[in-house]
Amino acid sequence: MSSIGTGYDLSVTTFSPDGRVFQIEYAAKAVDNSGTVIGIKCKDGIVMGVEKLIASKMMLPGSNRRIHSVHRHSGMAVAGLAADGRQIVARAKSEATNYESVYGEPIPVNELAGRVASYVHLCTLYWWLRPFGCGVILGGYDRDGPQLYMIEPSGISYRYFGAAIGKGKQAAKTEIEKLKLSEMTCREGVIEVAKIIYKVHDEAKDKAFELEMSWVCDESKRLHQKVPDELLEEAKAAARTALEEMDAD
Amino acid sequence: MATTMVKENNAGPAQLLGPESASERTLYPYVTGTSVVALKYKDGILMAADMAASYGSTLRYKSVERMKSIGKHSLLGASGEISDFQEILRYLDELILYDNMWDDGNSLGPKEVHSYLTRVMYNRRNKFNPLWNSLVLGGVKNGQKYLGMVSMIGVNFEDNHVATGFGNHLARPILRDEWHENLSFEDGVKLLEKCMRVLLYRDRSAINKLQIAKITEEGVTISQPYALKTFWGFSAFQNPTVGAEGSW
Repeated sequence: MSSIGTGYDLSVTTFSPDGRVFQIEYAAKAVDNSGTVIGIKCKDGIVMGVEKLIASKMMLPGSNRRIHSVHRHSGMAVAGLAADGRQIVARAKSEATNYESVYGEPIPVNELAGRVASYVHLCTLYWWLRPFGCGVILGGYDRDGPQLYMIEPSGISYRYFGAAIGKGKQAAKTEIEKLKLSEMTCREGVIEVAKIIYKVHDEAKDKAFELEMSWVCDESKRLHQKVPDELLEEAKAAARTALEEMDAD
Repeated sequence: MATTMVKENNAGPAQLLGPESASERTLYPYVTGTSVVALKYKDGILMAADMAASYGSTLRYKSVERMKSIGKHSLLGASGEISDFQEILRYLDELILYDNMWDDGNSLGPKEVHSYLTRVMYNRRNKFNPLWNSLVLGGVKNGQKYLGMVSMIGVNFEDNHVATGFGNHLARPILRDEWHENLSFEDGVKLLEKCMRVLLYRDRSAINKLQIAKITEEGVTISQPYALKTFWGFSAFQNPTVGAEGSW
């Protein structure tokens, strides 16, 4: 996959002879080097989880939020350069409040995904801007039910049942495919997401990590919020036991 | 990403242009609500307002809710221009939304909302483009009761009982005499109803359809609309013109 750009990779406004824009691919590498972020669509809502790799033991747990609410009914989990992610979230919040003030209803999730994707894509069109070095998983609950979107640094956005980005995305995708999402409630989904993140976490390469999870579902009254503490602890405990059982084999 | 402040129309250039340019600032109120009365009681705040919105001297709209809950801890009642009240509710909606999106366990309390409203009202007044309202902001947070008022020129204060408009003249004297600390819910409601009854008799823009709202640590409850019992059987009202100059 890694081919040397040699001259065609200096600007995002340059195509290579085989039709690739290398700068965008390099931006995607920034996302691949960050902690895993996954999102799943259960039958009654969305669950998102982030493997927050802890850079220093001095950091306070609970700081450095990677999942942000974009409006009452939707939220975004960010992978890649955190500062770039903040900018995307700010733009998404602004689009959401603007839509509501004009049309009088909360922004539909597909509309929001489209606007965020356009914004990310915008930054791949001009030589004086660099592409965003972050991928975003957007989960929301509107009139058409729960929806999950993923927006990549190239500006591509698709709708998913389950999505994963970051270091362990291949392994995470395999695990997600094993789940029967259409029969799962979000309560069960939270446990599964925790299990997957613990499983794909590479103990050898990265020492410590903090699990951050959020949901938007019927149980949370269709509001995007952090998973309640007791459920989070329950999920972490279940994930640890599942890991131990695996190691015991 | 800061909370967007007042997004008002820029009145500057239009004012300087001359007689043809449209006036872009509020000169008079059109659809108005009358008094709001509120008091602190044992568990929180009680607030009462009728459901009328007058169009000048016409009692045009009779199902207007002039009290709304703001976030988890506050209750806002307004008199004056109803469209400006709706605009204020939009600003507060955005303020509360951004506050909720932090998802950090903290939330704006009544003191903070009152401060925000004071800034908004005062800044608008300084641009000669006021929001034509008198606002009553009450709430409870962490056991602390709070009751305050902001006027259209930005005058703000906190007290144990407040009222707007006619309520200042008719209700507050009653409250000054009869309010005391730790009123029970029933006594608080009785006292508010006494004030509202006087206003109903004497304020021509009041109607006999009111709501009483209560805010405590648990949350906000706004009652269904109901009517007060009135008594018109005074002997002086029988043959009202007897003895009057020029009557027969």
